[in-house]
Amino acid sequence: MTPAILHALATARAAHRPVVLATQIAPPEAAGAQLLLPDPAAPSDLNSAASAALAADRSQTVRIAGRDWFLQVHNPPPRLIVVGAVHIAQALVPIADPVGFAVIIVDPRRSFASPERFPNVTLRTDWPDEALDALKPDTRSAVVTLTHDPKLDDPALDRALKSPAFYIGALGSKRTHAARLARLAALGHSQSSLARIHGPVGLSIEAVTAPEIALSIIAEIVAVRRGAMIGTRAAA
Amino acid sequence: MKDVQNPTTESEDILALAARWREAGEEVALATVTETWGSSPRPAGSQLALTLSGRMAGSVSGGCIEGAVAEAAAETIRNGRPQLLDFGISNERAWEVGLACGGKMKVFVEKLA
Repeated sequence: MTPAILHALATARAAHRPVVLATQIAPPEAAGAQLLLPDPAAPSDLNSAASAALAADRSQTVRIAGRDWFLQVHNPPPRLIVVGAVHIAQALVPIADPVGFAVIIVDPRRSFASPERFPNVTLRTDWPDEALDALKPDTRSAVVTLTHDPKLDDPALDRALKSPAFYIGALGSKRTHAARLARLAALGHSQSSLARIHGPVGLSIEAVTAPEIALSIIAEIVAVRRGAMIGTRAAA
Repeated sequence: MKDVQNPTTESEDILALAARWREAGEEVALATVTETWGSSPRPAGSQLALTLSGRMAGSVSGGCIEGAVAEAAAETIRNGRPQLLDFGISNERAWEVGLACGGKMKVFVEKLA
């Protein structure tokens, strides 16, 4: 790998720009050639294979014109949008980061969403509905509400349900959750749409402390993302 | 804590680390899983960075082929030629290096110029 390719790759990653590093791996005499895709100068077959790999989020080997290319996918990190800068949110940050999630904390209460409580974390202090409108959760985003306050949680869940977020979770007991579903139904959300919400949030591991609850939430998000059976337990 | 505004994923960690080693004057090779079949523990795209001085970061398996990859990496660093390594049941080396999981995989080894 040349320093130029390595530098271009690092630059794209820092800018959260999705790219594919294409490496020719066979035949042996041509092995080692590399391209960063998309690149208008590259063969169109290679560019379209790269965009398919990015969409599938899967690194893979492809054969084009008798040559084998390994396409290494470098998508920006998936996002974890947390509504409620509460104690559990503080516990989520150090677990979510090594799992590969970019964490964004949303809470208009500045005493909660303070840099002192969340050093080096992206904080937003606008209202959750405005924050989610700006953040536009996509298929690589998870949204978790933790405030326990319908004024903050409901608008966030409303926007999350209108997005293609791959995971939506809401903190609260079964009773709280039933009341929440009734309020969201009154906003016009269908039963099948409401079934997307994981509530009570997290895998059922009898978690008690904030870090334990954070662990159960991250575990459930991973299970859903990877298609594990346990992740489809869903939402009541 | 590291910069979570720009969080690292596993492969970025390895690449960034490999780049730092190279800048510090180390001879560095990068091994990347390019294909797997069966029960290989690490998916395509997983990376292992190695230096001639013996530093190592990341993984291409659960640990069963790292030794063989390290040997190949030293060779690639010395002669500059990339290699596509094939590990699996069809290859008698599989027993030698112990791909006990029964999976098969290909690993591409290149030098960091």
